[in-house]
Amino acid sequence: MAEFSIDRFVDLYAHRTSGMSASEVRALFAVASRPEVVSLAGGMPYVQALPRDEVARVFAEALEAPEAAALQYGGGQGQRGLRDRLAGLMADEGVEADPEDIVVTTGAQQALDLIGKIFIDPGDLIAVEAPAYVGALTAFGAYEPRYVTIDLDDDGMVVEQLEQALVRGDRPKFVYTVPNFGNPAGVTMSHDRRRRLVELCREASIPIVEDNPYGLLRFEGDRLPTLRTLDPDNVIYLGTVSKTFAPGVRVGWALAEQSVVQRLVLAKEAADLCGSNLTMLLTERWFADEERWRSNLATLVDTYRSRRDAMLTAIDESFPDGAMWTNPAGGFYVWVTLPSWVDTRALLAAAVEHRVAYVPGTAFYPDDRGSNQMRLAFCYPTEERIREGIGRLGSLLHDEEQLYRSLNPR
Amino acid sequence: MKVAVLGGGWTAEREVSLRSAHRVLTAVSELGHDAWLIDPGEVPLAEALLERRPELVWLALHGKDGEDGTVQRLLDVLDLLYTGTAGFDCECAFDKVLAKDVLARAGVTTPPWIAIEAAGLRDLGAGAILGAAVERIGLPCVVKPSRSGSALGVGFVERESDIARAVMAALSFSGAAIIERKITGTEVAVGMIGDPLEPLPLVEIDPKSGVYDYASRYTAGATHYFAPARVSDEIAAEARRAASDAAAALRLRDLTRVDMIVDRDGVPWVLEVNVGPGMTETSLVPLAAQAAGMSLVGLCDNIIRSATARSGLAP
Repeated sequence: MAEFSIDRFVDLYAHRTSGMSASEVRALFAVASRPEVVSLAGGMPYVQALPRDEVARVFAEALEAPEAAALQYGGGQGQRGLRDRLAGLMADEGVEADPEDIVVTTGAQQALDLIGKIFIDPGDLIAVEAPAYVGALTAFGAYEPRYVTIDLDDDGMVVEQLEQALVRGDRPKFVYTVPNFGNPAGVTMSHDRRRRLVELCREASIPIVEDNPYGLLRFEGDRLPTLRTLDPDNVIYLGTVSKTFAPGVRVGWALAEQSVVQRLVLAKEAADLCGSNLTMLLTERWFADEERWRSNLATLVDTYRSRRDAMLTAIDESFPDGAMWTNPAGGFYVWVTLPSWVDTRALLAAAVEHRVAYVPGTAFYPDDRGSNQMRLAFCYPTEERIREGIGRLGSLLHDEEQLYRSLNPR
Repeated sequence: MKVAVLGGGWTAEREVSLRSAHRVLTAVSELGHDAWLIDPGEVPLAEALLERRPELVWLALHGKDGEDGTVQRLLDVLDLLYTGTAGFDCECAFDKVLAKDVLARAGVTTPPWIAIEAAGLRDLGAGAILGAAVERIGLPCVVKPSRSGSALGVGFVERESDIARAVMAALSFSGAAIIERKITGTEVAVGMIGDPLEPLPLVEIDPKSGVYDYASRYTAGATHYFAPARVSDEIAAEARRAASDAAAALRLRDLTRVDMIVDRDGVPWVLEVNVGPGMTETSLVPLAAQAAGMSLVGLCDNIIRSATARSGLAP
């Protein structure tokens, strides 16, 4: 008799990999990529809006950099010229930044990983908003933290809950939040909450990790000060060009005080030596022409705003009573909460069968919540496709409600 | 011989199917055949088949379309020879509501069950039957979509209050579901090849999490397998007999896998059959073949011989 374990290294893997497993939801997403499925799942920026001949020209320009720099290794902190541009981008959001305090990363996603690497020991407590960006949960998760979860409402993170946790004696290593049009909830932290959060964390000497990928994608209303603006000393600020330019260049960054920057650079060099000189140069040149990037951004904001409107109108028309959803003033996502008996993970199979896909809410919690919630992305499909997709989802939810009533009579 | 391997398609088992298909493609090529992959998710199937007209179509599609008789019927129309069970028999075997009935009528031991349909529940307001169903089947029970693979949509129910949720989840995957008594014991799979089908050594399944669900199936290392299974010779013989009876009742051929649980008294209960079992590196039929001293290449050769014998075509 032979014992087979399909993976002969199974007893050798690190404990941190134990949470990494095959999942039904991922399997269903493979189906959701077929063309007739309206995918409201992925948060893919509408890169088709970019003038591609223009990008090609800038790319060729980048290749012409002296000494074939675009094809060479670079420093771990990222090109100085690019960091100057990124400081300029942040100024647009009222953030004062010294380029020396910026570390360029492979998307802001790498910054999340590096922050996990330099701050989290196994079992350490970290505070995250709930629901939270799934990519942050997976990045931090590899370092085996425990979580304090802070709920969100229409004004963003319910800071009182963090306060209570601190009173209880919890001492998280940091607080993670996406204050502007967050992923997945689409809500924005109010000015009062921002002030309170910054105050609270400063008093408790707990750094805030402010992840701001969507800040420049505001559809209406006034810009709110970033947490970093309110407290430059205690906030590690993460940015990306994925939403203002293109995710394909994989350029993100962290802005932090020097002690943190130095550790991030060392961690970054250990992970991948340096970012891609080629795409850093491309990005630097792209943002060199202010008129160009601003006009592209304006197009994006207009497009996303119309798509958001289409989605909210369609949801209002076709979702059953008892459904609640957020009303994002920017960004990519609407967050839907359905009656407690709806299981959005199981329902995804039926949704895909009905040619529409979304992300089940459970992905966005480090605990077992979210089973009656879903994230809907309006960034990629056209308005017509959004209406189609939401219509299909609405009729599916009505069927589901009928089924529920039948199974639970009275 | 010109062999088209069909893999991928548009089901939740697409990725698994592609993994199966690539392994089969390599093995079949090693046998010296002119083999190529067709992914019906990427290209229109009929056109792709007519373009190069294979002498044999190897079906490595999993889930609906590939296992429910749809593709088989299309291949019948195109007059193409294919591996595995015929269209109508696939339709029966893939649909648990139908298959359970066929098995029970043939005297195969299968856990007691009740079938429920979404349309009946919705349109006839038949939800009140759930209580009666649970009473008849007993707890704990298992709720399964009628037409789905890889344990997708399967739920285990301990308390009556959880049954409605499990039924709704299963019905997301399929228009009908079965509520089945949960049999406790050793999970065993019987791979079978040939026409008529002959059983390979039994594979015992021991998932670390205790449940052989999607994650346990497709995460390498999440499940331990023993081949042959750690059961007595008598029980193994009994299980093989049950598998053969099930395969005969459902008129399966060339390649199949019969899943069962051997209870504490040594009785093998047939849970379901798979007309398109996986051929991935974590799949059970290749593992069973290995236990019989048969490589993946040898396994594929046997299956090709089995299919081509029907047409009189020599491989």
